[in-house]
Amino acid sequence: MTDFTFRVWRGDETGGGLQEYRVPVEEGMVILDVIHRIQATQANDLAVRWNCKAGKCGSCSAEVNGKPRLMCMARMSLFSADEPITVTPMKTFPLVRDLVTDVSYNYEVAKQIPTFKPGPPEPDGTYRMMQEDIDRAQEFHKCIECFLCQNVCHVIRDHPDKMRAFAGPRFFVRIAALEMHPQDIHSRTDLLRTKAGLGYCNITKCCTEVCPEHIHITDNAIIPLKERVVDDYYDPVVWLIKKVAGKK
Amino acid sequence: MALDKYETHEYDMIVVGAGGAGLRAAIEASAQGVRTALICKSLLGKAHTVMAEGGIAAALGNIYPEDNWQVHFRDTMRGGKMLCNWRMAQLHAQEAPARVLELEAWGALFDRTKDGRILQRDFGGHRYARLAHVGDRTGLEMIRTLQQHAVHKGIDVFMECTIFRLLKDGDRIAGAFGYWRDSGRFVVFKAKAIVLATGGIGKAWKITSNSWEYTGDGHSLSCWAGADLMDMEFVQFHPTGMVWPPSVRGILVTEGVRGDGGTLTNLSGQRFMFNYIPDFFRAETAETVAEADRWYTDKKNNRRTPDLLPRDEVARAINAEVKAGRGSPHGGVFLDIATRRDPEYIKRRLPSMYHQFKELADVDITKQSMEVGPTCHYVMGGVRVDADTTATTVPGLFAAGEVAAGMHGANRLGGNSLSDLVVFGRRAGLYSAEYAKNFQGTLTIDVGQIEAMARECLEPFERSGTENPYTVHQDLQECMQSLVGIIRTEGELKKALDEIGVLRERTRRIKIGGNREYNPAWHQALDLHSLLTVSEIVTRAALERKESRGAHTREDYPKTDPAFGKANVVVRQVNGEITVPQEPLPEMPDDLKKLFEGDK
Ligand SMILES: Cc1cc2nc3c(=O)[nH]c(=O)nc-3n(C[C@H](O)[C@H](O)[C@H](O)COP(=O)(O)OP(=O)(O)OC[C@H]3O[C@@H](n4cnc5c(N)ncnc54)[C@H](O)[C@@H]3O)c2cc1C
Ligand code: SF4
Ligand code: SF4
Ligand code: FES
Repeated sequence: MTDFTFRVWRGDETGGGLQEYRVPVEEGMVILDVIHRIQATQANDLAVRWNCKAGKCGSCSAEVNGKPRLMCMARMSLFSADEPITVTPMKTFPLVRDLVTDVSYNYEVAKQIPTFKPGPPEPDGTYRMMQEDIDRAQEFHKCIECFLCQNVCHVIRDHPDKMRAFAGPRFFVRIAALEMHPQDIHSRTDLLRTKAGLGYCNITKCCTEVCPEHIHITDNAIIPLKERVVDDYYDPVVWLIKKVAGKK
Repeated sequence: MALDKYETHEYDMIVVGAGGAGLRAAIEASAQGVRTALICKSLLGKAHTVMAEGGIAAALGNIYPEDNWQVHFRDTMRGGKMLCNWRMAQLHAQEAPARVLELEAWGALFDRTKDGRILQRDFGGHRYARLAHVGDRTGLEMIRTLQQHAVHKGIDVFMECTIFRLLKDGDRIAGAFGYWRDSGRFVVFKAKAIVLATGGIGKAWKITSNSWEYTGDGHSLSCWAGADLMDMEFVQFHPTGMVWPPSVRGILVTEGVRGDGGTLTNLSGQRFMFNYIPDFFRAETAETVAEADRWYTDKKNNRRTPDLLPRDEVARAINAEVKAGRGSPHGGVFLDIATRRDPEYIKRRLPSMYHQFKELADVDITKQSMEVGPTCHYVMGGVRVDADTTATTVPGLFAAGEVAAGMHGANRLGGNSLSDLVVFGRRAGLYSAEYAKNFQGTLTIDVGQIEAMARECLEPFERSGTENPYTVHQDLQECMQSLVGIIRTEGELKKALDEIGVLRERTRRIKIGGNREYNPAWHQALDLHSLLTVSEIVTRAALERKESRGAHTREDYPKTDPAFGKANVVVRQVNGEITVPQEPLPEMPDDLKKLFEGDK
């Protein structure tokens, strides 16, 4: 058991600041355990989101010493007891209270993405898909909607006004999952070019760096989507063929 | 604190809970053309369903064409020690394949067989490889598919909104009362019908795979509203939870590890499950290591490994090994897949287990054994429902998913929950919508009642007490863990009832500081109402069942008693007191009985 110093952001949209807590830490604990210990013993009303405590639900996103991460997967053994540990809420989203932010923007974007639309199934009513053809889309389906990538993307962070015209990396991943689903017949390139604002992304890769699911957001989702937009809109022949023949 | 005005919303029907069952119910109801709202305590997509790992059981017959609904039905009934509601088990086995294919048609991408069909994996108690899955993150695939399908259906979603009580007009459901977690403000929903899909109760135990949401709200809400509950003595302890380090104790290790070839061993390296084969399953279980190992690839000529006996058997066996001093250093047993399968296979089939052990326990499961032990996981008991329509005993109230009783009897087979959610979620949506459409009368909500509830919620801010809600919760968890755990006795159960009474007194002295905005201490204090209610219910039901069956083991009644095999313990609140009458189990028709001929 070692004592650590935690500086936790406390407050709401009207103001607040870092509060200091001394907490005993045992072997194996993660940042979220320490936050819960502070909550149970020193600051009962400390607001924090969590569910699974195992990196599966994407609820406990925050910034630890300025680094965006899941609190439930941040082992205390990564940190030294000599330095205080700072825990702050995700910067980009409006604050609700303490470590909890208003992530509703993400749910609004989700509503605007046309859903999966399959072609006709096999005569027996099922779909045949080869594993190698779904590997890529399955990578995107690993997304736990922690919104850490949205949090670090400078397009969203520096231009809150763009929030409305920019879907953000999480939703590029989502659109890529649909576009690369072998059975989907809907095209979302128009959405990408216009409302989703794919053009604003200048491939800084900050999103990929923070993804706890290690999804290659830029290389596997964003760049191929950018190529599709170019294909569909700047090559009239490709565009026309696709329009007539349905998407392949 | 002043009693402010509350907001009111009116719908044909509301679904409380946005896991697999709630989402599927809402999708169905809105498809029936009724105005539907979906309410959940967490953000959308974060319900327990997201954590499900191993898979969804459905007799698709993709690996073994011999598989069909009768075999699945039989496995489910036997896994549930014949206490399942036969009609629910039948509907479930018959409809699960269509529901899985529907998920695929809505965009889910399950792992594939070589010829491009849905791959199925072995799980405990299932005769054939039956679980459709995506690595070990099947729940994520399922909830995301349903969620993305639902958001385009014009369903209004109320997230981080907790329902505190159901409202009735006379005998009927009329709506629900709750609060927004962020603002702390009250909200009233007027509705003709309600589907409860609130999940389980596992947060009443200390070692648990369940999250903060599993405080038994749906169970308690319906009990307070006069609905019958049933089978509440049956709480499943999953045999394999993490045991080390202490902070991760209880986090689930999927049965898929054993399904994919992992074995349980004790301190001396012995595969001890061979010593714990019960007579009930002897005829279908391998007796030698060699046969068990052959079974993975040849199910026709070999019997199932005892490592994949139903969960109640395995949990008790681990418990016994540890008690006998043959456990692992941190009080569990070993689960080994490293010496049995190559690293690539393990990482591909069990990516999140690999990640979880590596990140949280510094264990590389491709090189080392895991240490595992039982963890509170699932409640078979719940609200008593009509098998076909999911209607409870209160008009207008329906229930589906983990909160409903009957489907799993005395013990649930792995993978049968995810399929239960979509089979009965759909039915709940369908029949509640039908009820709402046919409902002719008018419903009035008593304003005085709402104001009384609001005052009750705010009391902890105004008291002068000194109790801390987190401490009361921890003490309840200690009590349930030590007195109402895997092995039970009358003396301990009675002691638990006394302790629950004391804890209830203590909740009346809880004092909450701070204000109403996103105040987890306040939420915890309010959740204690339902936690204490379900804890009492489980304990009373456990006292009533004086036998051992499935997940309910009584040290003082170690045998299975045929008389109890014909009865459900029903839970009913009468004049504010919990009663536990026994009622006869519905009798299975003869054509289905034939499937069990020659069984022990
Ligand atoms: C780690 C883990 C792994 C599992 N793996 C498998 C598996 O591989 N296969 C399988 O079949 N089963 C598995 N299970 C079991 C299965 O996941 C659950 O039983 C199932 O997901 C429950 O679904 P549900 O829809 O009933 O409830 P949940 O998904 O738990 O959803 C409950 C919903 O109710 C809401 N709610 C609760 N109370 C209130 C209230 N008072 N007001 C408003 N909303 C409320 C919650 O916010 C939530 O949205 C697993 C469980 C766990 C914990
Ligand atoms: S790569 Fe694009 S989406 Fe990702 S953080 Fe950078 S700008 Fe944002
Ligand atoms: S893509 Fe990765 S970082 Fe972004 S929300 Fe999904 S899991 Fe989180
Ligand atoms: S609590 Fe679920 S990801 Fe951290």
